[in-house]
Amino acid sequence: MTAAVAEEVGARRYETVIGIETHCELATATKMFCACPTAFGAEPNTQVCPVCLGEPGSLPVVNARAVEYAARIGVALHCRIAERSQFHRKNYFYPDMPKNYQISQYDEPLCVGGWLDVDVDGAARRIGITRVHLEEDTGKSLHVGATGRIHGADYSLVDYNRAGIPLVEIVSEPDLRSADEARAYAEELRAVLLALGVSDAKLEEGSMRFDVNVSIRPVGHAELGTKVELKNLNSLRSLHRAVGYEAERQRRVLADGGELAQETRHWDEGAGRTEPMRSKEYATDYRYFPEPDLVPIQATADWVERLRATLPELPAEQRARLAEATGLPAKEIGWLVRDPEVLAYFQKVAEGRDPRVVAGWVMGELQRDLRELDHTMATNPVSPERLGGLLDLVAAGTVSATAAKDVLAEMFSSDASPAVIVDRKGLAQISDTAELEAVVDRVVAANPELVDKVRGGKRGVLGALVGQVMRETHGRANPKLVNELLERAIG
Amino acid sequence: MSASAAGLADLTAHELAERFAAGEATAVAATEAALERIRATDERLHAFLTVTGEQALADAAAVDAARRRGERLGPLAGVPLALKDVLVTKGVRTTAGSRILDEFVPPYDATVVARLRQAGVVILGKTNMDEFAMGSSTENSGFGPTRNPWDTSRVPGGSSGGSAAAVAAGQAALGIGTDTGGSIRQPASLCGIVGVKPTYGLVSRYGLIAFASSLDQVGPLTRDVRDAATLLEAISGHDPMDSTSIPGTPTDFSSRLEAGVDGLRVGVVEELFLEGTDPGVLARVREALDRLERLGARLEPCSLPSFEYALSAYYLIAPAECSSNLARYDGVRWGLRAKDASDVVDMMQRTRQAGFGPEVKRRIMLGTYALSAGYYDAYYGQAQKARTLVLRELEDAFQRFDLLAGPTSPTVAFPIGERVDDPLAMYLSDVFTIPVNLAGNAAVSVPAGLAEGLPVGLQLIAPALGEATMLRAAWAFEQDLGLGARPKEVDL
Repeated sequence: MTAAVAEEVGARRYETVIGIETHCELATATKMFCACPTAFGAEPNTQVCPVCLGEPGSLPVVNARAVEYAARIGVALHCRIAERSQFHRKNYFYPDMPKNYQISQYDEPLCVGGWLDVDVDGAARRIGITRVHLEEDTGKSLHVGATGRIHGADYSLVDYNRAGIPLVEIVSEPDLRSADEARAYAEELRAVLLALGVSDAKLEEGSMRFDVNVSIRPVGHAELGTKVELKNLNSLRSLHRAVGYEAERQRRVLADGGELAQETRHWDEGAGRTEPMRSKEYATDYRYFPEPDLVPIQATADWVERLRATLPELPAEQRARLAEATGLPAKEIGWLVRDPEVLAYFQKVAEGRDPRVVAGWVMGELQRDLRELDHTMATNPVSPERLGGLLDLVAAGTVSATAAKDVLAEMFSSDASPAVIVDRKGLAQISDTAELEAVVDRVVAANPELVDKVRGGKRGVLGALVGQVMRETHGRANPKLVNELLERAIG
Repeated sequence: MSASAAGLADLTAHELAERFAAGEATAVAATEAALERIRATDERLHAFLTVTGEQALADAAAVDAARRRGERLGPLAGVPLALKDVLVTKGVRTTAGSRILDEFVPPYDATVVARLRQAGVVILGKTNMDEFAMGSSTENSGFGPTRNPWDTSRVPGGSSGGSAAAVAAGQAALGIGTDTGGSIRQPASLCGIVGVKPTYGLVSRYGLIAFASSLDQVGPLTRDVRDAATLLEAISGHDPMDSTSIPGTPTDFSSRLEAGVDGLRVGVVEELFLEGTDPGVLARVREALDRLERLGARLEPCSLPSFEYALSAYYLIAPAECSSNLARYDGVRWGLRAKDASDVVDMMQRTRQAGFGPEVKRRIMLGTYALSAGYYDAYYGQAQKARTLVLRELEDAFQRFDLLAGPTSPTVAFPIGERVDDPLAMYLSDVFTIPVNLAGNAAVSVPAGLAEGLPVGLQLIAPALGEATMLRAAWAFEQDLGLGARPKEVDL
């Protein structure tokens, strides 16, 4: 049991019950039911056609790649892939939905009944997966006016580029018990999707978002409490805060003798609280019926077996392998595994090198430089080979770790090898005793008080003298040698 | 108008093709004759909503030029056609008979339209229809009714009444209709022409403005069976844009038309001879069955009790699908948009209130109700079970019979206004045609003579993809009966 759960249970009589519906865009080149491109960020209404605009007479055709991606998710989450599944229409009126129905799946989804193991502060929790199904995204409304929301807007514009982009909805069982667990589940699921290569899972672009059901119940009760749905949470931070807030709000309502309403609430990130949504913002009866324009999806056992056989290594397996091979702490491994690009990069650099040193550089200096120089792992100009070369120079004592940071920054704008940059910038480490002795003598002569303190037993002050020498040599002095020379000079 | 031009307007497509090939007529002349007939008669008939005369003449001229260059042309090249206004045409207004799409100009061509163009067919314009194909008389059009060329005080049937009237009146040699519950066969019967409801999935629905997706099918309306077979060949075949279109379907419906009916086993469906059917209709159909027997067909009675449930099942399934299909007409993207709305919901409500006619609203409400939580199983679910029953019974019957037969419509053309205020009476117009839509197989209505001066149709029903045999029997019947009288309204 996590600390958070223990604290809550200790403080109150209630436990939190959470289930998450994750919506995730699939990384197919074309939309769910037409051949329009799915690229993010295009000019509004430039990636549309009669089908995704719902023009009268147009008909959907299923994107086979999207079905394959969804089935791969199902296999990775230990689901059964239905031999026969079907699309349904979910009927409700909304201006950014071209047909005023969404083609989705209802009682015959593609994948059913699986699980995902989630690590919460070192303890494994198995979270049930109810189902994984396919559906199409809607367009995007832009409400023009003071509030930026539909209520109080002067007028609204609709961009249909997103309409028809393939989505999977991954529904968990109500197995999560705290905001921490909810976030851990979302993080792990995201890592799985990234490892599968089926989605960018970019929260900031809305390609992954969460609807969360939160309820509370007296500890020990099997029956679920009154459920509140939090819609459209689009960051792990929002997810964590919203769940925490909502569970606490429900406790307060009950503690004050109030009654909870089954409702849909909106998370206001700025205000840090949930608010009831107006009833018009969601429908109650979707009048699902089988989509007559599409035929059922048939999944053969051979096909599912092929998908299973070609699954890539999943995050849990990656973590186990790295722990065994590198001995790095679990937290660092977790960080490396969260993003397949980081992991692949780390593994390349770590080949034949000390994984702890490599992990330090990949997670530390490299990330800092990427951030500051407006890059991502995808656009990282420093190849693993070049970073490896630099670390080899450090290991060989050719360049100090401090100077190597400057070399790395330089490598972002220069194609030259690390050795050439070290040479060009004159950053090679000085390990020449005669050259350093002269500097050490100068520093000792110029700092009689400090020298006295060291002689008086304050060994810590030696560091200040080392720093002086390093400054005089522009960070190029071999620090080990400087230490030795200083001690000898002071006696 | 010259006598020869009038003559061209009354020819079938294959007769026109012979004249074109012999150099005795041009596509432009045939198109001019058709346009002249439209000018002369359509004020009374109101078969067309949009006539694209200039484009038609340009298309005809292109066919003539191609012929002069010696290009190999198909059998329908240069033949004028009336297109039901439910198939979208790029750049040409398409209304589906509804005020809500009054100004709608589609950005693409339906697959059927593209195939017609490829075949060199000259599209004259878009024909009137019951709004969104919901109706059996064309009186539900948002633009006023079409009149029957045999008697302009009567309906032409529906919903493809515009195309049927146009073909019957010589305004076009060929017509395209759609059949969801009988909307090709019933107007064919009432207008004295041939109408084919193809097997579901034989003809692409891409670009067909949907009424009930699982039932809708595009098909030919023609003056004789040979034209129906040729037109079906031109428009049918797999379309990757329609997931319900069947791959690898037959492509030849005409080469064995002459093979006769000798030895064909024909089941006479007892349930299609309902009490209340016009005696004149019964008399013509019984004569027709005798004729088939004389020609060598083996007739036997056949009972299909599930047909009793077909009408009820249809009036749950079709409205359910339509309530969803028509949700997109909300004023946001195209067509009518109500002015002065207070917010988006108000705008949608006002647009739909103003744009849809009473029958469409009735069916949207019926369908919405049938799909509602708590009612789904009792209505939509039960209807699907009845549908399965009809399908199984028909499949069983086709183990014993090559074709089934009966009347197409219980009555001849009825007076305009007679059933407008009685939806149930109107729905019963399709009682003989609906079972085939539920089961998805094929049927044809072929003229079987007149009763009280008005046409009667014989319905021949085939198993799925049994069009070739069905049209062969219809052709044998038609040839033996002889092409009958022409409607008097166009005796110009």
